[in-house]
Amino acid sequence: MRGQRPHRGLAVLVILLPVVVLVMWGCQPKAPTGPEPGVQPTPAEENQAATPLESGAKAPTGEPVKVGAIFSVTGNNAPLGEPEKRAAQLIQEEINAKGGVLGRPLQVIVKDDKTDTTEAVNAAKDLINTEKVCAIIGPSGTPTTMAIVPTMEEAKVPLVSCAAGMKITNPIKPYVFAVPQTDTLAVAKIIEYLKANRIEKVATIYVKDPYGESGQEQLSTHLSKAQIKILGSESYAKDDTDMTTQLTKLRGLQPQAIICWGTNPGPAHVAKGMKKLGMTMPLIQSHGVANAKFLELAADAGEGVMLPAGRLVVWEAVPDSHPQKPILKSFAEAFRAKYSKDADTFAGHAYDSLHIVISAIEAAKSTEPAKVRDALEKTKDFVGTAGVFTYTPQDHNGLTKDAFVWVKVEGGKWKLAE
Amino acid sequence: MHLADSLLQFTVSGIALGAIYGIVGLGFTIIFNATGVINFAQGEFVMLGGLVAATLVSLHVPVALALPIAGFAVAIVGLLVQRLAVQPLTRSSVISMVTVTIGVSVLLRGVAKELWGPNSVAMAPFSGSQPLHLGTAAVEPQEVWVVATVLVIVVGVQLFFEHTMVGKAMRACAINRAAAQLAGISVDRMNLLAFGLSAGISGLAGVVLAPLTMVSYSSGTPIAVKGFCAAIVGGLGNSAGAVVGGILLGMLESLGAGFISSDYKNAFALLVLLLVLVLRPSGLLGKRTDRGL
Repeated sequence: MRGQRPHRGLAVLVILLPVVVLVMWGCQPKAPTGPEPGVQPTPAEENQAATPLESGAKAPTGEPVKVGAIFSVTGNNAPLGEPEKRAAQLIQEEINAKGGVLGRPLQVIVKDDKTDTTEAVNAAKDLINTEKVCAIIGPSGTPTTMAIVPTMEEAKVPLVSCAAGMKITNPIKPYVFAVPQTDTLAVAKIIEYLKANRIEKVATIYVKDPYGESGQEQLSTHLSKAQIKILGSESYAKDDTDMTTQLTKLRGLQPQAIICWGTNPGPAHVAKGMKKLGMTMPLIQSHGVANAKFLELAADAGEGVMLPAGRLVVWEAVPDSHPQKPILKSFAEAFRAKYSKDADTFAGHAYDSLHIVISAIEAAKSTEPAKVRDALEKTKDFVGTAGVFTYTPQDHNGLTKDAFVWVKVEGGKWKLAE
Repeated sequence: MHLADSLLQFTVSGIALGAIYGIVGLGFTIIFNATGVINFAQGEFVMLGGLVAATLVSLHVPVALALPIAGFAVAIVGLLVQRLAVQPLTRSSVISMVTVTIGVSVLLRGVAKELWGPNSVAMAPFSGSQPLHLGTAAVEPQEVWVVATVLVIVVGVQLFFEHTMVGKAMRACAINRAAAQLAGISVDRMNLLAFGLSAGISGLAGVVLAPLTMVSYSSGTPIAVKGFCAAIVGGLGNSAGAVVGGILLGMLESLGAGFISSDYKNAFALLVLLLVLVLRPSGLLGKRTDRGL
């Protein structure tokens, strides 16, 4: 590099500067997050919002009640972590405007695990040891959750996970709870549909990642128990964009329905591929695509797709008499008002986990982690976005298959199909 | 489903994606010939083309206008990359220039993620999604667009290199940079042009591909890997080879997934790459004394 003209160094600097800024931006811990004005936060504002909270009508006083949150705000799971973080911020504001928790301000300290297991463990240790939180919500993904489970168990601080993997709560770990509907419940709901429609032969296609593989495993176990035959199964890589080959093979088996297990954008490619190949049998998707993004990506190929979904996505269609309706309505409307976006299932997971933790703190009248854990395990008939939760020493997931409704895409929208 | 029907369907669906691999491989080739650099930000050019066009179309800009605008915008990004990142390192080793392109790729991905968010973006197909039928095989109209666009680009690039002064000057640089310089060709300007041209055609490929595969900030990397394989398989530095290599890869991928197992779909491309490197290191169409371009 010696003997170069000076402006070259300058040009290198011009290129390096944004890189450095971006990297530092990514590394900067986005916590603690205080309340912010009701505008959509730009990243710059988010960092500014790191001031202690002070707003609210009946201003809560005293030492803040600290709850940790670990979300995958960046990295592969960013589509999950982003809405979760937003929901947590929204709820913190709402709670503090209503007088806080135990009369004290609620402080949700959000950490970004960047969809990385090591980052998640570091975040958990930091929250427990430095911030002294009384409970942690998240992480967004099953791998990141499993990575921090030993840390939580050792520190004896309760975790309410936002990830859906079966192994999180099975077997039971004393300090680990979860809020999402599990694959098993989704499969149970699918079997209900297949039985009702006398479908006996299906084919499956799933994404080769822990979510898809777990779904495929549940399907093959439970469908055979229900006397439904899986004629064939195909898989695709997470970033695959053309499923024609796999679908051509499945078409040859002449199944009565196709079941697809994956998260966006793969399942939209499956829907498109089926349309292209003229496959008219029903396409059943997993709850992993119960969001507006799927409708947008699949476009007209999504028509007629069916899936088990939590009620939050179709809250407008839920009858007023349903116990979940009031909270679905208020959360969905508040989320839309604040972020101009629809609250999806993942925002709902943050809602459920945070509110369950808050009500456990209220019930325990303490922020001592062990007491919060005991109160968590006694959570009964808690009405959340995913369903009605009842935790017991034998069940740390707390939902039944009634947490799902059967929805169908009609006219580019989710419709209840009962 | 009869074997022959499956074979036809697998082949047909392999060609469209293979054509894209080929055009990305061509992008690698143009930059490699001009500068000796493997540009690892090639996939990001494809991604940017798709995202820019998808945004324009969502703002009701007609596709016929969005296509050239996106291609042009990405070409400008390519020029900026050359001027700001690669050119300042001209006197240092090729390896530092290659490294800087990796940095550029990370940077472009980061910027795209900030601008377009982490989710995939859909784009409406140019002419509907009602499948066409080629015998028993189904083809999406967009796949026809992809193959047609790739053909136009390949023929256009070939004409440019064979029949224009600038194209001939670029070829001269590829054959011998020092001699070209002595003959009065500005090697520096040719390098700049190579980046612009390569980015532009990759951007165009990204636009026609977007309705088929959707596009997100991270969707360029896997395409770049396949495009790179295509360039190597065809013989690095040989533009016709890159395109042939791409189509071959696409078809093998599709046939391999269809007749062996879809679990290993992405492994087939790498397997072909290894085989070619072992059996014919100069690539399928490469000669030992490579004339280039």
